[in-house]
Amino acid sequence: MVSGGVTKFAKAHPAMDFRLMVKRAYDYALKDATNLTADRIDGSRISYFSDHFTRQLKAASMVQDYLGLNPKGSVRIEWGGATGGECFQAAFEAVASGRMDVCLAAGFETMSRVATWKGNEFIALASDTNFDFPLGGFYTGYYALMVQRHIYEYLRRTRFAGITDEREAQRTAIAEGSRIMSMVSVKNHLNALHNPYAQYPKRLTVADVLNSEMISYPLTREQICTMSDGAAVAILCSEERAKEFTDRPVEVTGVGTGTDTMRLADRPFGKVPLAPNEADYPELPYPGVHSFRAGRTAGLEAYSMAGITDPKKELSFVELHDAYASSEIQTYEDLALCRYGDGYSFVESGAPFLPKIDYGFPTKRAGEIPVNPSGGLIACGHPVGATGLMQAVFAYWQLQGTIGRHFRDPTLQIPNARRGAIHSHAGTGSSVTVSILKRGF
Amino acid sequence: MAKPKTYTKFRDVQAELERSGSALFRDAEGVESLVIRSPYAINYIHSYAEDTPFFLGLSEGKLRGSKCSSPSCGFVFATPRGHCMVCGAPTGWTDLPTKGRIHSWTTCRFGSEAFLKETPYNLALIEFDGAGSLLLVRLKEAVESDLYVGMPVEARFDPKPKYSITDVWFVPSKPAAPAKKPR
Repeated sequence: MVSGGVTKFAKAHPAMDFRLMVKRAYDYALKDATNLTADRIDGSRISYFSDHFTRQLKAASMVQDYLGLNPKGSVRIEWGGATGGECFQAAFEAVASGRMDVCLAAGFETMSRVATWKGNEFIALASDTNFDFPLGGFYTGYYALMVQRHIYEYLRRTRFAGITDEREAQRTAIAEGSRIMSMVSVKNHLNALHNPYAQYPKRLTVADVLNSEMISYPLTREQICTMSDGAAVAILCSEERAKEFTDRPVEVTGVGTGTDTMRLADRPFGKVPLAPNEADYPELPYPGVHSFRAGRTAGLEAYSMAGITDPKKELSFVELHDAYASSEIQTYEDLALCRYGDGYSFVESGAPFLPKIDYGFPTKRAGEIPVNPSGGLIACGHPVGATGLMQAVFAYWQLQGTIGRHFRDPTLQIPNARRGAIHSHAGTGSSVTVSILKRGF
Repeated sequence: MAKPKTYTKFRDVQAELERSGSALFRDAEGVESLVIRSPYAINYIHSYAEDTPFFLGLSEGKLRGSKCSSPSCGFVFATPRGHCMVCGAPTGWTDLPTKGRIHSWTTCRFGSEAFLKETPYNLALIEFDGAGSLLLVRLKEAVESDLYVGMPVEARFDPKPKYSITDVWFVPSKPAAPAKKPR
């Protein structure tokens, strides 16, 4: 990767259509690299999630057109919530296969074109329209179902195994899970105070998050990402030519993808595919609805390709798809940052927090493996087709050591960041991509 | 003709579109954007295709799952599918029990636009004895504080079917009444 650019994510950008948003991010990326002009780009991969939101088919062709890249090759990429992550990997493949030397990955979404609850309806069309959508058409409801079972498996049956009244035990476990999810929300919103691209930076307390509006029990408003308008681009290039464009390129050393059933109801109860540093889970029915087998599969493929055997030790940071505070915790486990079942105590340990920031509660092991230092989806926003590329750009700047320049604030720069992972997640976990980026200088 | 009204908050633009169908948005830099309301409605022709017997079954008060036809597999799916996810063989229809347990649940205070008027509503994944997968349904006659993982529940069917998955819902099973002492 030799350059990147992001528009500020916002609830609505009425003064920019999708073409102009991409153009702004693209111009930023061209300007940020040396000698990088349109004539040196061999082609593009362009991503957006929903034709319903754009109400403009072939919108990717209009981006290609607006950027002045015709008649070069281009393909539109769509892979649900993982659209941006998949676009990044499609550009990687175009370069790695030798088909292109320089490939543009560009993504966008314009979600402000409909009211919020209509937007939820469009998103929920990414659930089975025979069996799932007609029950409420509500993704937050699906994620609430998943975290309820996650809490049951990993808090009720462990920390609260001693409570004999079933209802009381489950209520106590849910309260504990909600408190810990709120710590994740506080982290991501607070980190984003130092990220000028973020949509909802703010200082919150655990109580603020818990007391925000209940959306789908137990998930509250501040534990959920929002609809956004935004665009992001990443420019990938062959290793041989990278130094033409920057003296600080970043190498893509691993890519992985995974899938799972569209319907939660169909998820199997089988065995855990183990990470290299993991012991077996003899009693765990996996993935059930509590874990993301697609995320685990994508992670293991990417780690294997990148030669990573102990991700928590070998990664400097992770930018992961926290559409919900719950799915951030579930994803720690899928990505083997901790064992299955240890996600809640992993948060309490402080490991995914940044050491320089005061979150209002103890974070003893802060800095061990910062997760979503940028603020993640919860605080940055989630313009679907751009999100995975936004993660790539933030990871690129982290590895270059240029966060201070791009954010005009050095707080979020992870000292000596050498290798990071980005994770893009779709549906109820029906497809996930993980890519590993490493400092290339 | 007068220019559309100008607003600096997008929320106000949305409200004006409801009233007059057009508005001008002015951002912090003074750039004006013309915004119009553009209605979009469709009647989609949705076929249940191979899932048809399930939906017809609901109208007869039956819950039909799929059973893999391969003798070496025989997996039973609580949410039906025409072919087995495990081995790829065609499935046949099998009646599911109308009683099951809550595998997971939530109470939705919101929903997508089409379902907002039905809030709050409960969703639950149901597990059945003899089936290897689950069924997602609405759960009625229960409030948030009643519900727990493992709760016994049973199916109810809409006497006036709409041919939708909402033709079936589950309710908490009443505990068996304690046997009365004979006089």
